[in-house]
Amino acid sequence: MNKSVPNCPRLSRIASSSDGRSVEHWSTTWRDVFAILFFAMALIFHFSPPAQADEAALRTIIAKFATAKNFQATVQIVGELAATGDPSVERSLTALSNGELYFRKADASVFIGKEQGQAILLADPLNGDGAGEAAKAEVTKIKVNNTLRRTIRDALGGLTLSSADPAARLAAARTMFKTPNAATIEALDAAILNEAVASVKKQLEQARASAVLVSDLPASEKLAAISVLKARGDRDALSLLTAFATGAEDGAVKEATEGAIAGITGTLAIWNAAQNVWYGVSLGSVLLLAAIGLAITFGVMGVINMAHGEMVMLGAYTTFVVQNVIRTSFPGLFDWSLAIALPLAFLVAGAVGLAIERGIIRFLYGRPLETLLATWGVSLILQQAVRTIFGPTNREVGNPSWMSGGFEIGQLAITWNRLWIVVFSLGVFAILLYVMKRTPWGLQMRAVTQNRRMASSMGIRTPWVDALTFALGSGIAGIAGVALSQIDNVSPNLGQGYIIDSFMVVVFGGVGNLWGTLVGAFSLGILNKFLEPYAGAVLGKILVLVLIILFIQKRPRGLFALKGRAVEA
Amino acid sequence: MITGRFFAAGADRRILIAILLLLAAAVIVPILNLAVPPTSGLHLPSYIVALTGKYLCYALLALALDLVWGYCGILSLGHGAFFALGGYAMGMYLMRQIGDRGVYGNPLLPDFMVFLNWKELPWFWYGFDQFWFAALMVMLVPGLLAFVFGWFAFRSRVTGVYLSIITQAMTYALLLAFFRNDMGFGGNNGLTDFKDILGFNVQASSTRSALFAATALALALAVFVTWRIVGSKYGKLLMAVRDAESRTRFLGWRAENVKLFAFTVSAVMAGIAGALYVPQVGIINPGEFDPANSIEVVIWTAIGGRGTIVGPIIGAILVNTGKSWFTGALPELWLFALGGLFVAVTLFLPKGIVGMWDQWRSYTKVRHAASAEASPPPAEPPAIVRVSSDKVSGWKDEPGLPEPQPAE
Repeated sequence: MNKSVPNCPRLSRIASSSDGRSVEHWSTTWRDVFAILFFAMALIFHFSPPAQADEAALRTIIAKFATAKNFQATVQIVGELAATGDPSVERSLTALSNGELYFRKADASVFIGKEQGQAILLADPLNGDGAGEAAKAEVTKIKVNNTLRRTIRDALGGLTLSSADPAARLAAARTMFKTPNAATIEALDAAILNEAVASVKKQLEQARASAVLVSDLPASEKLAAISVLKARGDRDALSLLTAFATGAEDGAVKEATEGAIAGITGTLAIWNAAQNVWYGVSLGSVLLLAAIGLAITFGVMGVINMAHGEMVMLGAYTTFVVQNVIRTSFPGLFDWSLAIALPLAFLVAGAVGLAIERGIIRFLYGRPLETLLATWGVSLILQQAVRTIFGPTNREVGNPSWMSGGFEIGQLAITWNRLWIVVFSLGVFAILLYVMKRTPWGLQMRAVTQNRRMASSMGIRTPWVDALTFALGSGIAGIAGVALSQIDNVSPNLGQGYIIDSFMVVVFGGVGNLWGTLVGAFSLGILNKFLEPYAGAVLGKILVLVLIILFIQKRPRGLFALKGRAVEA
Repeated sequence: MITGRFFAAGADRRILIAILLLLAAAVIVPILNLAVPPTSGLHLPSYIVALTGKYLCYALLALALDLVWGYCGILSLGHGAFFALGGYAMGMYLMRQIGDRGVYGNPLLPDFMVFLNWKELPWFWYGFDQFWFAALMVMLVPGLLAFVFGWFAFRSRVTGVYLSIITQAMTYALLLAFFRNDMGFGGNNGLTDFKDILGFNVQASSTRSALFAATALALALAVFVTWRIVGSKYGKLLMAVRDAESRTRFLGWRAENVKLFAFTVSAVMAGIAGALYVPQVGIINPGEFDPANSIEVVIWTAIGGRGTIVGPIIGAILVNTGKSWFTGALPELWLFALGGLFVAVTLFLPKGIVGMWDQWRSYTKVRHAASAEASPPPAEPPAIVRVSSDKVSGWKDEPGLPEPQPAE
């Protein structure tokens, strides 16, 4: 109640501002409509349905369609219908615009009709209830032309502006902003005065401003509109202003427009940079996920694991299998599929990693170049195995509902799946860092890395630490696969696409240093995305590769090199 | 000592045999293909000639890699790039030879340029209508790239794994670059539809035989050159750098120059291999730059035996024959076989086929000598071998010869 009381003076303002406008019935009806509507809203906290015009009155107006002699007459009837301000006329107006409004020749009553074979299914024009069917010869279609359709569109826009649902009003305002039309200014004025939701009101004002630009209102109004659009400051506003500037005459208005264009271009450039940073962060998080397991197997253990990409692939395929089982057996759990797949992927990839370490790599310690060849062989075998089992084509892994869609911050478009992957990669990084630095196992791992013989003398079972470390690195690659299955094609070649990038990240960041991997991943991601607009995606990637090659010349041990005497391998 | 190690067990004689075999093949295969009538049992069909020619190109590539990896310890995962660059240089010559016989009939521009609406020939395509120029570029382009790349990499002492990874990055970057249409190398279709080479029809069986002979001769020459390099004082330096780079440097040698020399020579050899490969296969596309190809070359060398001259040739021919057979007979199993081969060779055959053969031969020889002298068998040397090889790099030694220990 309280909220709406101060709004009361608006009633009179609507009346006064609408007076003397050229389209008489519009202003009077809007006054009536809003008086009723507003009163109702004020009474019951905006939750009531909008005021209904008398249904019988509506039916009388609709019945007139049957007797309309020409398009002008029909336009007039549409105007009358719109003037009622009743949302229920939307159905018949839409039908008319689609050419689905008929009248029966026998009694001149109007129906919405859908053709079905030779007959036409009839429905009530107001509530859409079925009304039997008629042969084609019994009914006549009410003809429409483009002018009529435009009138209907404008009328419908005005109708949804008064809808009870704020989302519908917002959508209407958005559409009106994009298709500015001088005739809608009054309706917008009225709606703005009546609007209580701030965000919708802002959108309405912007829609009004865009309409003012194309109208023949005085310069002062246009200046105000320009400043509104400037405040909006996005691409749509920019294109509206640019279109306006080309047609504008010299003077204050044109200057203001150009100023606004310059201002918006500046803001957009900043937003653009921010968007690039975001894309870069997103790419960086993907790189981090792919590389972080490698940072352990390669960075900490010194094993060049070329099968690392295939561990990622195994994780992705685990997700696929989990989702398949859920789809067929427990459809209700689909939103939980990733949470279920995470530990499974860790276990699957970790077990395969353990088998590789025990079966092959433990015979090759100290011969890094040969682990490269052997693990490359393993990667070929794993790829072909997956290809044989699951087929060579891409497999579909779905996004749970909480990962689909996106939102906007200013001009920044952020999709949920990318955001979750950023969060997830940082989470994995934090956990890994904790394991390495704060747990006994991590301590043993570091001890074995730094001085194997000493660690062994102190009673650490180095073979087991090796095996578990390798399994950990592989398992993390597996959970990276779960995340990457959300944004990439799940195919047997999934891992191949990441292996070179992962090595670049680890080598760039500095081997044996998790923080280096973090910094390396994000700086390469952001660099890549900043190069892309200027150089194109492929050339940007080539440039990054060349830069890494040059960087390695300068710092052969990466960004954060381990200091100490154990450098020369 | 090191020379003794490598030329023990009749290595010299083996190289001579290899060269003679290649020379003989260069003469006999064309005769069997051209002069022997198709009805005869001795006739070699043209496709076998082309296939074997392809294998010999691969063998040359593997030999090039062996020079840097086996003798200088540089594991290059980018040798496919040099191979492909040589191939592209030859492909550009062959494209220019098409002249106005292309689909669009443009006398100057290759078909793909007409298709992409290019109006004039890019500058880097000039000169490729001359064979001598193309032949020069076949050697110059990979050589120059290797020189510049090696100059930077070896000077800043990028070694071991890091070097392998940046060579891989190099070939990957080139792969991406050559996939681009605006590079002017035909995008992902590459260069194909060749007609003539030096005025002879590329498809004709006589040309194919000639190309085969040229490849065999080139390989024989490469074997000879590698043998001379490895046997020279410079070769000793190469091996010194491989076994103990720091120690070599401390003795006053410039390790980076030694490596740069080997790397550049090797790249030129790879380029020549690529140039001989393209007319025999009839196409060159960016797929040749794929890092996976370069890694496959490494396995040919490893299987045959790195650090031997004959080994890579045997390895390349064996693996590729196996590949041709497998992909025809059991296509799904080829990757399993190749992957298994990688694993098995690194685990059980660290010195490759030739290395194992030598080891077995010397072992039996030692045992013969031992039993003849009725003295206790030399149990000590193998023990030393185990200790050092576990610790260092997989370079097991001939029994009885001490292995140089790398500086730590």
